[in-house]
Amino acid sequence: MKYSKELIDELNVKAKKLRRYVIESVGVGMAGHMGGSNSSADIVTALYFYKMKYDPKNPKLVDRDRFLLSKGHVGILQYSALADAGFFPVEDLKKTKDLGFHLQGHPDFIKTPGIEAGTGSLGQGLSIGLGMALGLKLDDIKSKVYVLVGDGELNEGQIWEAAMAASNFKSDNLVAIVDHNKMQATGKLVDKMNPGDIVAKWKSFDWNVIEIDGHNMEEILTALDKADEVKDKPTVIIANTIKGKGISFMENVVSFHNGMLNEQTYAQAIKELS
Amino acid sequence: MSYTNQRIAYGNTLVELGKDNKNIVVLDADLSASTMGNMFAAEHPERHFEVGIAEANMVSIAAGLAQTGKIPFAGTFAVFMAGRAYDQIRQTISIGKLNVKLCGSSSGLSDFGDGATHQAIEDIALMRAIPNMTVISPADANETVQAVKAMAEMEGPCYLRLGRNDYENSTDANKKFVIGEPTVLKEGKEVVVFATGYMVSRALEAVKELEGKADVKVVNISTIKPMNSEKIADMVKDCKGVVTVEEHSVIGGLGGAIAEALCKSCKPIEFVGVKDKFGCSAHNHTELLEYFGLTKENIVKAITKMAQ
Repeated sequence: MKYSKELIDELNVKAKKLRRYVIESVGVGMAGHMGGSNSSADIVTALYFYKMKYDPKNPKLVDRDRFLLSKGHVGILQYSALADAGFFPVEDLKKTKDLGFHLQGHPDFIKTPGIEAGTGSLGQGLSIGLGMALGLKLDDIKSKVYVLVGDGELNEGQIWEAAMAASNFKSDNLVAIVDHNKMQATGKLVDKMNPGDIVAKWKSFDWNVIEIDGHNMEEILTALDKADEVKDKPTVIIANTIKGKGISFMENVVSFHNGMLNEQTYAQAIKELS
Repeated sequence: MSYTNQRIAYGNTLVELGKDNKNIVVLDADLSASTMGNMFAAEHPERHFEVGIAEANMVSIAAGLAQTGKIPFAGTFAVFMAGRAYDQIRQTISIGKLNVKLCGSSSGLSDFGDGATHQAIEDIALMRAIPNMTVISPADANETVQAVKAMAEMEGPCYLRLGRNDYENSTDANKKFVIGEPTVLKEGKEVVVFATGYMVSRALEAVKELEGKADVKVVNISTIKPMNSEKIADMVKDCKGVVTVEEHSVIGGLGGAIAEALCKSCKPIEFVGVKDKFGCSAHNHTELLEYFGLTKENIVKAITKMAQ
């Protein structure tokens, strides 16, 4: 085992904490994107608390690694990571969507420290990340750009424009991660718009493809580290995940894409994440 | 250096700016031979990004480049820039106030041969409705040189509207471009003509014909947004009426912007522009402008009506 048990345990505990922050910031009787937050939570934890270089006291650090949440609707998950990392107080999370507050329904580059670009209109984050990767190369800065994409988001044509361009530009400092939870906003991918064999698709676009269990911390860390070894090709990590992961009644339930909790289910969710 | 084509002026000015400013990068979507981004590609190949036929991708990549401190100039036909990439321009660049420069080339009816699909008659309306966006529409090649320099110096999103064809300059090659500043090209009291882009030269021709018959002020509005409403209102305060002239729909373009600026002035306004219609193919620009009524004669008519 390349990674110590302590590290893996610590990261798993952190991921649970982020999932709890998400539930607490959504609260009772308000809708929030909990399903997709929970499927991405382990990946986001690995990025912020293992892989990426950044400085919460200097969010514009020139040689920081960049993380773009192309599936911007799970902003609450990224806010949880940013708060826990020290970009702003954890208490802010409960004020998400308060009128005039810095934590918006979707990531806002100007308002929130640590956000690299506004996302929310799906399909655009990979292109933005590619632009950053190109800019960093021009300046010979060795930082990496990580872009988290939803599998439903693969319906958007611009994802494939970016996929084509990134391999043409040989952007090996760009890593896409597909949160492959097999569900989109209104149902299962196979019932709505199935992107099909996504591993084969990314391979055909000449990307380095790594397929993992997106809830297995060791596999996530291994994939992120392996991406560093690849030259002249972008890497995509296809992370097989479960929508709503970590909360029993939420797992694979489509209505929790943007769902709501009552007093009872809220208490149950918090209990399972404690 | 003086040119007689806005696209050549754009390409050459970027080449020049790129020599001193290594942060300037240029993007094209398989139209660099038309936008003249290819001039920059020849001179500074490492800073030119050809993204292929993918305008949305180009604009989002430009957003990412701006996030690393670059000053990206992305160019394609105006109809694809303002139309196809609208969402990308709105969501990331404008909400984020990113320092991205968008060049809408071959705008208006200037791509006369290609027909309605390639003729942007609503791009000003689309771009000026977006918060944080600056919209620039230079009168000619001379002003384009200065405008591109001003865009590189300003911070924030900016849309530049250029025409396709050659024509003589009517502005001074050495006049520094001040964003938001309307320029009086001819003084007069009875009627005030506000014109933009190629139609500035047509408006000047029309006013020349009216010499001795009507005392007309001609104002070049090369910044559509921000519009200096106070200055515009001040310019019209003693006149009988106003005429706007543009190679754009009469809905939401220069005419709309001037009407908004003058809504409290109670001055009658005549719009000379495309009357809520799509373009079509023609064998030359002049033929098409005549078909849509964007002629010296119609400007004369509008001024005469306002002078009464």
